Amino acid sequence: MEQVIMNQLSYPILSTVIFLPVLGALLILITRRSWELLTKWIALGTSILTFIVSLTLFTDFDKSTHKMQFAEKFSWIPDWNIYYFLGVDGISVLFVLLSALIAILCVLISWDSIKTKVKEFYISILLTTSFMIGVFCSLDFFLFYLFWEAMLIPMFLIIGVWGGPNRIYAAIKFFLYTLVGSVLMLVGIIVLYLYAGNTFNILDLMTKTYPYNMQLWLFWAFFAAFAVKVPMWPVHTWLPDAHTEAPTAGSVILAAILIKMGAYGFLRFSLPLFPEASKAMVPVMLTLSVIAIIYGAVICFAQTDLKRLIAYSSVSHMGFVTLGIFALNTQGIEGGILQMLNHGIVTGALFLSVGIIYERTHSRLIADYGGLATPMPIYAAFFMVFTLAAVGLPGTNGFIGEFLILLGGFTANKLAGVLGATGIIIGAGYMLWLYQKIFFTEVNKKVMGLPDMDIRETITLIPLIILVLWIGIYPNPFLDFMHPSVQHLLERVNTGGVQEANIAKTIMEVIR
Amino acid sequence: MVPLSWYMVLSMVVFAIGVFGFLSRKNVIIMFISIELMLNAVNINLISLSHYLQDMRGQILAFFVIAVAAAEAVIGLAIIIALFRNKATVHVDEVKEMQG
Amino acid sequence: MKLYLLIPFLPLAAFVINILLGKEVLRDKAHWPSVLAVVGSFIVTITSVLPQAMAGKVINEDLYTWMLSGTFNVTVGFLIDPLTAVMLVVVTTCASLIHIYSVGYMHGDKGYYRFFAYLSLFTFFMLMLVMGNNFMQLYFGWEGVGLCSYFLIGYYLNKKSAADAGKKAFIVNRFGDFGFGIGVFMIFLTFGTLHYVPVFANAAGIAGQTVNFLGWNVDLPTLIALLLFCGAIGKSAQIPLHVWLPDAMEGPTPVSALIHAATMVTAGIFMVARCNPIFNLSEVAMNTVAIVGAATSLFAATIAITQNDIKRIIAYSTCSHLGLMFLACGVGAYAAGIFHLYTHAFFKALLFLAAGSVIHAVHTNDIQEMGGLKKYMPITYAVFVIAALSAAGIPGFSGFFSKDEIIWSAYASHSSVGKLVWLMATAVAFLTPFYTFRLIFLTFHGKYRGGHHEESHGHGAHHKEHHFHESPKIMTIPLILLAVGAVAAGWVGIPPILGGGAHFAKFLEPVLGHPEFHGTHAEEFGVMGLSTTIALIGIALAAFFYLKRTDLPKKLAEKFIGIYKISYNKYYIDELYDFTIVKPTMWIADKVLVAITDAKIIEGVVNGVPGAIGKFSEKLRKIQTGLAQHYGIFMAAGAFFTIALVLLLQ
Repeated sequence: MEQVIMNQLSYPILSTVIFLPVLGALLILITRRSWELLTKWIALGTSILTFIVSLTLFTDFDKSTHKMQFAEKFSWIPDWNIYYFLGVDGISVLFVLLSALIAILCVLISWDSIKTKVKEFYISILLTTSFMIGVFCSLDFFLFYLFWEAMLIPMFLIIGVWGGPNRIYAAIKFFLYTLVGSVLMLVGIIVLYLYAGNTFNILDLMTKTYPYNMQLWLFWAFFAAFAVKVPMWPVHTWLPDAHTEAPTAGSVILAAILIKMGAYGFLRFSLPLFPEASKAMVPVMLTLSVIAIIYGAVICFAQTDLKRLIAYSSVSHMGFVTLGIFALNTQGIEGGILQMLNHGIVTGALFLSVGIIYERTHSRLIADYGGLATPMPIYAAFFMVFTLAAVGLPGTNGFIGEFLILLGGFTANKLAGVLGATGIIIGAGYMLWLYQKIFFTEVNKKVMGLPDMDIRETITLIPLIILVLWIGIYPNPFLDFMHPSVQHLLERVNTGGVQEANIAKTIMEVIR
Repeated sequence: MVPLSWYMVLSMVVFAIGVFGFLSRKNVIIMFISIELMLNAVNINLISLSHYLQDMRGQILAFFVIAVAAAEAVIGLAIIIALFRNKATVHVDEVKEMQG
Repeated sequence: MKLYLLIPFLPLAAFVINILLGKEVLRDKAHWPSVLAVVGSFIVTITSVLPQAMAGKVINEDLYTWMLSGTFNVTVGFLIDPLTAVMLVVVTTCASLIHIYSVGYMHGDKGYYRFFAYLSLFTFFMLMLVMGNNFMQLYFGWEGVGLCSYFLIGYYLNKKSAADAGKKAFIVNRFGDFGFGIGVFMIFLTFGTLHYVPVFANAAGIAGQTVNFLGWNVDLPTLIALLLFCGAIGKSAQIPLHVWLPDAMEGPTPVSALIHAATMVTAGIFMVARCNPIFNLSEVAMNTVAIVGAATSLFAATIAITQNDIKRIIAYSTCSHLGLMFLACGVGAYAAGIFHLYTHAFFKALLFLAAGSVIHAVHTNDIQEMGGLKKYMPITYAVFVIAALSAAGIPGFSGFFSKDEIIWSAYASHSSVGKLVWLMATAVAFLTPFYTFRLIFLTFHGKYRGGHHEESHGHGAHHKEHHFHESPKIMTIPLILLAVGAVAAGWVGIPPILGGGAHFAKFLEPVLGHPEFHGTHAEEFGVMGLSTTIALIGIALAAFFYLKRTDLPKKLAEKFIGIYKISYNKYYIDELYDFTIVKPTMWIADKVLVAITDAKIIEGVVNGVPGAIGKFSEKLRKIQTGLAQHYGIFMAAGAFFTIALVLLLQ
């Protein structure tokens, strides 16, 4: 029990953050269908309240330890040794915050664009938020799996009910893809449960060692679940469809949080539970990551649909994340975590931005735009900042993440680092190409005279702009969260092996 | 004294007739009677073994089987009547609503 | 109070003010914050930083920790040594004058505030670039100036060619930065830090080490130096990444003067000079720098002689001069390279601004449409000639001293390619005056040749000759000040042989070292005399072709149509890249990845597996006949086999 710090606050903060949105959803459930405005305000109020409560995590987090903090533990199903066990560490805490923030933005951006089944929509959004936060906080595998799967249901509804014309296909594809992966993970979880003496406690499981062959099998079982979520090449094809068909809020949740869970899963489970298998699989994972980076980037050039392009760029960016994680060194993993956060912010922002013009033109075709900077200059400026962050320009958050990842990747494997870096060139190519097509050149008739962003839309994007620049200029407050946890993780991975292969130090010693 | 094996053989023959009847006849009533035959074959088995082993439990179980068979006969006949009312037939190969 | 912090952060403040208030509040006064900020930076540089650097004081201070991850630790920090001081002088002087000039040039433009905001942001990034004390900050400024260059090239939003050019500049530079970035990684892997001072202090220790890079065993210093040089090639528009610079002329002319002549494009030379401890370790890298520089110099000069766009000619001239600077660095004469950077900033900015003044008046870029402008624009003409003489390296003008020093360094250095690049540089010394004066003669002399397209574009009537007039004072005064620089800036570096003290090189010696030359005074005079004579011949030839026998160029072009076409079409490099990189990428994206890999292979598997299962169950469901007797048979058979199995196994 010494590996966690129980919650010292006067209230169970993690449970509050998880269940406040559920409470909001229940409130919405009992409001009358015709009171749409009240529904919206309840959703907005709940999500803002959740975020405010979660801010305590940011301020009160003890950055000097890798231990799980704000932990809560209650026996839940004693017969099977299942606990209601929550806690966050430096790897997960930032995602809790990001999820809470994204929920607010999703409510805001859907204010006018969702016109049918308003009540159910906001209930779905709030439930998704709750389950997502639950995934990041769970320290019991049973609870984790519950949240992990539960999240699919509201997400499935969001895509399938409020999506575009091809929504049913996309929703089912999304659901099946992720479910197939998850089921394999479930098998893995049960194997672990039985092997480790009937416990679902993730922290206990992490202290045990497993035979190499078992690690290998379980690694792939978990890989199936996480790789689909990330999504890694070649199981990425659900993402463009899901993103394209989902309503704006759905795309934002997908891009910002949901696909982070795959990478989070690698960090939280695959690496510490199966360290030997992870190390053995590094070449495979690096190869897949590099393919994803280049493949996802090149394929963007052939896209005609705005959201599809951003979706494919996500594949490329998440390739960076997995590259960093499987570099298995401090820079790579910290860069990976930061890049997950960055990608959530930037791609989330890009989807929000696309939603803003989609509401005006109802077209996702790139060819329908052009010269948009003339009627909508403020919008163009915002979009430019996000484009630059996506391109990884120094001074924006994208740069910090990508630089650390590539540095880590390069340290681990020079070829992977070099090939990964080509993704940055191609990235600049397609993002600027997109920007030019939409904002520059002659003004397209279809966009002439469009109103610029209103207050609500501006407010939606401003927090993200602030984060982009903040992390870009002064990333240390965020990196500080990770140091002990990442160090601890690496120790676990490298136990028995050589300490983090710090080539730099070795060479310095040779020189002296 | 009739040896046990005779009872066994009788039971087996009756059971086999029941199985054959069930599988080969199209008339649902005959099939039903075949099922009864199989049940009674089991009863013969139970009682003869009960007597042979001097254990009353076999005979008690036989009573159960008779009771269940009676209940089953009631339900089965009710179904057959319902079937006949709806389909005007008692031939099973004309009833294939469940075909995949 | 660290006064030097004002230098970069004043322009940043101006940028923020302009972005927030420029559109609604400041409007046509948007130049005030930017101009005041940059002039402020200039004053701080001259009054505080320069005297300190003169006194031999080096500032190396960290502001705050930027990134910390494991052993990787970089700060935002400042290093001010003589090299930085020189760069600061160049940047703030040129930026101040060009800001002021822009007030006149951009007057009345609808994106006025935007222009000044970008210009300030650019100044900020450029200053961060030269002032940083580590490679990360260099990279920060490096990418930042590239970004502003992108914004400013594409300043005319609705013009497709401008947007294309901006994008091209950004992406071509990314190719260079790719190498540069990997170079930075290598530095971190080798030295464990990215700060200049420890890296350069330990640089000597890696001499002769080899490292396995992607399967090849290569010399470590060579590898690092060449990777860094990749970045310089991109930013300073050297072969093979020079293609973006001429296109970048789509931007407003002050931008071309500031970014694409005086400051940003020289960042590559600055970086190579800054990293001289690493470059010095590798002869291969040094020779590469020298050869690439010399080749670009010659190559760009041969293109410049056939171009007709006034700004593109100057752009190619910039490429050529940048090549000369690299040449100097490549033979070890870093101080000569920086010296040329410094003089070049003045005369090239002047050339651009004067060209801008011309364009402002005649509203065209095509020199074939100009002519005879001398009498309408006397000041512009005068400064243009001064700049051209300086660029041509005519004795007495600042360009002469720096160019001569480079040529002499090439001749006298120990470098194994020294003599070769000296020959190439001498050829450039002939071509530069030729194309510069061709430009002058076609623009200012002879008769006005424009105006015959007037019917085709309706409002052209006011472009008629008698409407030409000199630019307003706010534009001509910066021109005159820059002209003073173009003449006199070089006087700080007059070589000892001409009675000077070579103060410039001495000032930089602590950072850049002192190259060892072998050569007599007689040789030095000979080299100097040769290049000067050749330059004069170049001018004379230009005068002969474009003043006396104006029919001759056309005839020559027709006679040597092959060579002319190659030069006119810039050696078809753009077409080559289009054909080998751009088109195949697009093709692969569209025809292979989308059409085959994603749609056929991956989706084939994804949709194929459920499809196969579906087909199988289609077959399987036939078993369910709906006949109770069939089920009975299965049950009986199953029971039979099970019992049989059990019995057999016993």
